[in-house]
Amino acid sequence: MSDQDNITAQTADAVAPPPPRKRGVRDALRALAKAPLSAKFGLVVIVFYVFVAVFAPVLTPFGESEIVAAEYELWGTEVEHTDAEGRTQTVTLMFGTDNLGRDMLTRLLYGARNTIGIAFVTTCIAFLLGGVGGILAATVGGWTDQILSRIVDILMAIPALIFALLLLTIFGTSVLSLVLVIAVLDSTRVFRLARAVSLNVVVMDFVEAARLRGEGLSWITLREILPNIMPPLVAEFGLRFCFVFLTIASLSFLGLGLQPPTADWGSMVRDNATLITYGDITPLLPAGAIALLTVGVNFVVDWFLHKTSGLRDEQ
Amino acid sequence: MSSDGGKGDLLLTMRGLRIEGQSDEEWHEIVKGVDLDLHRGEVLGLIGESGAGKSTIGLAAMGFARPGCRISAGEIVFDGVDLMKASESTKRKLRGVRIAYVAQSAAASFNPAHRLIDQFSEGPVEHGVSGRAEAESDARELYGKLLLPDPDRIGYRYPHQVSGGQLQRAMTAMAMACRPDLIIFDEPTTALDVTTQIEVLATIKNIVEEFDTAAIYITHDLAVVAQMADRIKVLRFGETVEEADTATMMTSPQQEYTKTLWAVRSFKKEPIPAKSKEPLVSVKNVTAAYGAVPVLHDVSFDIYRGKTVAVVGESGSGKSTTARVITGLLPPREGQVLVNGEPLPGDYRHRTKAQLRHAQMIYQMADTAVNPKQRIREIIGRPVSFYLGLSGRRLEERIRELLSLIELEPDKFIDRFPGELSGGQKQRICIARALAAEPEFIICDEVTSALDQIVAEGILRLLDRLQRELDLAYMFITHDLATVRAISDEVVVMLKGRIVEQGPREEMFTPPHHEYTDLLLSSVPEMDPHWLDDLMERRRRDGMMASTSTS
Repeated sequence: MSDQDNITAQTADAVAPPPPRKRGVRDALRALAKAPLSAKFGLVVIVFYVFVAVFAPVLTPFGESEIVAAEYELWGTEVEHTDAEGRTQTVTLMFGTDNLGRDMLTRLLYGARNTIGIAFVTTCIAFLLGGVGGILAATVGGWTDQILSRIVDILMAIPALIFALLLLTIFGTSVLSLVLVIAVLDSTRVFRLARAVSLNVVVMDFVEAARLRGEGLSWITLREILPNIMPPLVAEFGLRFCFVFLTIASLSFLGLGLQPPTADWGSMVRDNATLITYGDITPLLPAGAIALLTVGVNFVVDWFLHKTSGLRDEQ
Repeated sequence: MSSDGGKGDLLLTMRGLRIEGQSDEEWHEIVKGVDLDLHRGEVLGLIGESGAGKSTIGLAAMGFARPGCRISAGEIVFDGVDLMKASESTKRKLRGVRIAYVAQSAAASFNPAHRLIDQFSEGPVEHGVSGRAEAESDARELYGKLLLPDPDRIGYRYPHQVSGGQLQRAMTAMAMACRPDLIIFDEPTTALDVTTQIEVLATIKNIVEEFDTAAIYITHDLAVVAQMADRIKVLRFGETVEEADTATMMTSPQQEYTKTLWAVRSFKKEPIPAKSKEPLVSVKNVTAAYGAVPVLHDVSFDIYRGKTVAVVGESGSGKSTTARVITGLLPPREGQVLVNGEPLPGDYRHRTKAQLRHAQMIYQMADTAVNPKQRIREIIGRPVSFYLGLSGRRLEERIRELLSLIELEPDKFIDRFPGELSGGQKQRICIARALAAEPEFIICDEVTSALDQIVAEGILRLLDRLQRELDLAYMFITHDLATVRAISDEVVVMLKGRIVEQGPREEMFTPPHHEYTDLLLSSVPEMDPHWLDDLMERRRRDGMMASTSTS
């Protein structure tokens, strides 16, 4: 008697199982093709910046802080250049020269390298610190949570830029101290986010099941919780990256960031700021480079969040 | 159609209704050409499994499609107004005034920041049906009709200050505020306990009859729909399977699918002869508390190898807390839990791997019980490698064996993510994960209550088969007495943290019972369409209604 019933029960159970999805390169490309124009634009911008940052030495014949002509040469000035092997050629300086007679284009390319590279490393460190702290605080709870959260509260209570200025004045303005100071200050925000999203996952039954199985802290945090909080963390990584290089640019503009002669967009704005008075838009180029990258990253993060959060535009 | 004062006139018609939903940026048809007629004063029951399109059709009756859905074809006419062509402002004038909606979860539908009566008055005042003072006195009257305690003052409470059943009735009152022609009830009692459900059903039924309101009653519970509806429409995969008046439908369903729906709950476990005299697990005089709030008082019961103990009670009765004490998530204040005569440490962190392995747990919500980012291979494989140390080919073989054991094809399922499974399949995966540890004892916490009846029955049969094959002991927590009747050997009835009655199944289901057991048993809806009326009549005679509606 029960055989017949069993069949109905099983077929009902097998009703409409969604087809398994293969997640491959082709799928990713298809998703990319469907992406809105803003996201594609953002991706193109990011790819272009990364390309420029990596290939800066190939893209320009000049060195990072090589003086090639007189100060403040106009756009399109032509100069004779002798390279390392002694060959001489005529090079057009597309954006003229800066306050010390260095090629503006070269400085911009190397600036991408320095600003993006340092910002990337800084963001990674901030996520390592804040992410680990946040997930731990949420998973372990109790005193661990209290102590970590209060430390973060204290750090956040002081305005970040002023705090950064203070710390950099104390520790000196080497690249290492710059990276560490910004990473620590930014890790507070990452901590808050990681803790908040982890708290939502920690209460799930599968985490309880893992605890009751006797799993250790590393399995619970890395295998059970981390994969489930990746989307918001990845999105935050993009935004945080923007904030970090904006902070570096502001610090450089104020003179406490990357030190000369390292090419950096923030200090390039400051060095050439006087040109604005004469109607020359050269100092706006590094500022525009910063703005463009910020917009590009934001577009991509927006799209990514939209994809992963399942939000739909109501039509 | 008769024309006696509107009664019996056609109120709502749907013709060839098609609704599409969007997933992964592609449109899929959810409702595939459904026709529906509803007359004034008539109650139509829509039943079907989840995913049948019941709620979507219910919302379409208001000319509304959820975000991510669109009505792609068909015709919806409400009292002469074509809702497909009507402007948004026309529809807004109908909604709340002439068509009202009662959602499944009243707790989630009320704004927690406003008093009940403020939310009640908002509709009539906004639509210009009545003034504020009038609306409030009307609210008090409706609260009285819906048998809410203290109808004059309950409206001045906030949603969190009343119980779930009361909230659902307050929501029904709100829907009634403008005396609509049509109310859509979307599973209004699904989230409630049986004893509460009865009261809500009875009051809804009365008030709908009193005001001669037409209603669409959406549910997956056949026994409930039999009480409420004049006519029943069975849906599956967005299509009508069958439609007839309630009496005909109950006695002579035509379609095969309807018959299987009706035949559900036919499962009853064959008793297994007792093998051992020594209890496998015994809970001895356990008293437990959350902080200063005591939740369990002196709870004791035994579970024997190969037997099922069903723990029954309303929400808040301490069923799940008992499970938390046994698993060690909540160390008891007093008393202890013994396994094979050995006392277990109160806190799970102090238990050995072997002690943890022997007691496994299956959860109510399979969705949150498995990690959505792990493949089935890892979900089931982890306990195997963690407890038994298998790896490589032997681990793979064991995972496949477990999948076959729970009647899922290994090749098809092993590499999937939980999101790619149906609810019943996910619950099977949870069972496999529990079995992977090779336990002696499994706690099943409301494992079937989130599932459709046919799927739930499949799970119960599977659990029963596994019990026979593997000689497992179950502690089965449930509020559904039909489930208890199907699978239990012993029954423990809990109320407010105490055990009020316990004993073998046959004893528990034959009178005399403890007063509370009696209330529980008599509250389980039966398929007989007159059951609710008869029960209410009987309770009124015995004066029980008064005592339950104030509790």
